[in-house]
Amino acid sequence: MKLGSRPEIFVREEQENATLVVSGDWITQNLAELPPTVSYGSSDHPEIDCSELGRIDSVGALAILTLVHRAAKIEGLPENLARLFELVDAATQGEDASEAARHPLHVRLGKVVYRAGQSIKTSARFLGKLEVSLVRSIANPSRIRPVALASSIQKAGLESLPLIAIMTFFIGAVVALIGSDLLEQLGAAELVVELVGISVLREFGVLIPAILLAGRSTSTFAAQIGAMRMNQETEAMQVMGIDLFDALVLPRFLSLLITMPLLSVIAMIAGLAGGLVASWGIMGVSPILFIERLESAVEIRHFWVGIAKVPVLAAAIAITGCRHGLAVKGDVEQLGSRVTVAVVQALFAIIFLDAAFAVLFNVFGI
Amino acid sequence: MSEENDQIISVQGLTTRFGDHVVHEDLDLEVRRGEILAIIGGSGSGKSVLVNAILGLFEPHSGTIEIFGKEMSNASDRLAVDRRIGVMFQHGALFSSLTVRQNVEAPLIEHAELRGEWLKRVALMKIGLVGLEAEVARQQPTELSGGMSKRVSVARALALDPELLFLDEPTSGLDPIGAAEFDQLIRTLTDTLGLTVVMITHDLDSLYSICDRAAVVADRKIVEIASIPELEQSDHPWIKDFFAGRAKRAKERNC
Repeated sequence: MKLGSRPEIFVREEQENATLVVSGDWITQNLAELPPTVSYGSSDHPEIDCSELGRIDSVGALAILTLVHRAAKIEGLPENLARLFELVDAATQGEDASEAARHPLHVRLGKVVYRAGQSIKTSARFLGKLEVSLVRSIANPSRIRPVALASSIQKAGLESLPLIAIMTFFIGAVVALIGSDLLEQLGAAELVVELVGISVLREFGVLIPAILLAGRSTSTFAAQIGAMRMNQETEAMQVMGIDLFDALVLPRFLSLLITMPLLSVIAMIAGLAGGLVASWGIMGVSPILFIERLESAVEIRHFWVGIAKVPVLAAAIAITGCRHGLAVKGDVEQLGSRVTVAVVQALFAIIFLDAAFAVLFNVFGI
Repeated sequence: MSEENDQIISVQGLTTRFGDHVVHEDLDLEVRRGEILAIIGGSGSGKSVLVNAILGLFEPHSGTIEIFGKEMSNASDRLAVDRRIGVMFQHGALFSSLTVRQNVEAPLIEHAELRGEWLKRVALMKIGLVGLEAEVARQQPTELSGGMSKRVSVARALALDPELLFLDEPTSGLDPIGAAEFDQLIRTLTDTLGLTVVMITHDLDSLYSICDRAAVVADRKIVEIASIPELEQSDHPWIKDFFAGRAKRAKERNC
């Protein structure tokens, strides 16, 4: 783009009369910085000569007005220039009110605590409403929406199945690989079956699907419901008399409750298969021997310990996703941050709950 | 001014289609420097598509579009021309993660490289230019009412002092008083800053109060482009309905 001539302002002294001469093109492209100020000390009412002025736009007018405060009141300007000066002068505003002062530490701390309290309150309210909706649906199963439930089961459950199976297969194999090295040194290579069996059944078969769904389903739930809130769809449902929890939360909640145990069983089978393949390939433990030893040495209670944890984790995943989705109001940025918070909280909840279960089972000796 | 210079936009033989659906066929449009041109037409007649084609938001099937006398299929010319065009989208399209002032500053930083206090001063002036208080500058777009976001959107469109301003339904969703104020704002800015304005509108009040000419999109073409009094005399059925409709409907209600 042609920039034209540089905007300049200078003083022409003529017999004690100072005249400010404005020349060049005073347009935005040329005014990345204000031209240097001129002093016209001697005279308080300098004339302004705009005859050499090239093009000018509103930023140019603002620049001239900033350098020469009286420019708007100067007589004898061409009419369009006078009008421009007038408009820009009227639009010019002082500083916007100073940025809100930073609050002292105790006020900020108080706000954080207050917000945490509010968040607990909304969580409690959410759980209460979910419980009401759940109890009502158990009493009257026709309230459950089959289409929403089925679609959620497909998206959250079925579509994550291959990934979960592959992940646990490799984790089972890795456990067998690492364990075999150590156990062979101790001369107890066949113990690898117990190692794989117990770790997969109690922990990996449960945790891996839970972590994957925490990333996958929590974010989907929060984003779907959050987008509906931004679009006022939830308000539309409310005025139609459709219960948000029946329509949005319960199908998602139930779908995870139904699919996660199934996913966990498949994850356990895949994990054991991974261990079997690895110990066969590395240590020559035949598949038949592996399965026989699995049956005799690994008690079935390990499976029940693992599967007992699943519904709790599933509930935690669904609840964090839906709760943060419903909490979205306003803009896109908030939607993004809510989804992030939901995923982080779901992951934290899963690890925390799993640890709590481990302590609990330990205390009761299961 | 020469004849050529007088036409700020010149569209010739524009054909656009989506799949089998032909939106425009051999459409011609000329916009004169310094005028406020309204584009009117029924819903789905392709007003927005026409403006999007002029703005280069998609590639038309055939036809030439010249803005400031430059052929728009040339990519490097396009970039230079884009800086001389301001656009106000129908719903504002403000950047939701930025404050009002940052929204106005964005094009100034990007294209004119303004910095610091001077940048802030320019941005505040633009916000004042569209009739908003300085306090608005610190707010987030979601805190604004519909009319205010439209004004902010105009302030952002005006940031680089464009010669050509596109407005998509500037008064839709505003109350009649707010709409009239907005119309006056556009007129004042046009006269003072020497703008050329192309606006899509359904608002008869805007047509009568500020538009110099109106182009009617119907039957895949511009069926008529003329001043409002001339259009009132038109024989085209849609145009007749458009202008007569309101008076007739009011009369029927009184019967």
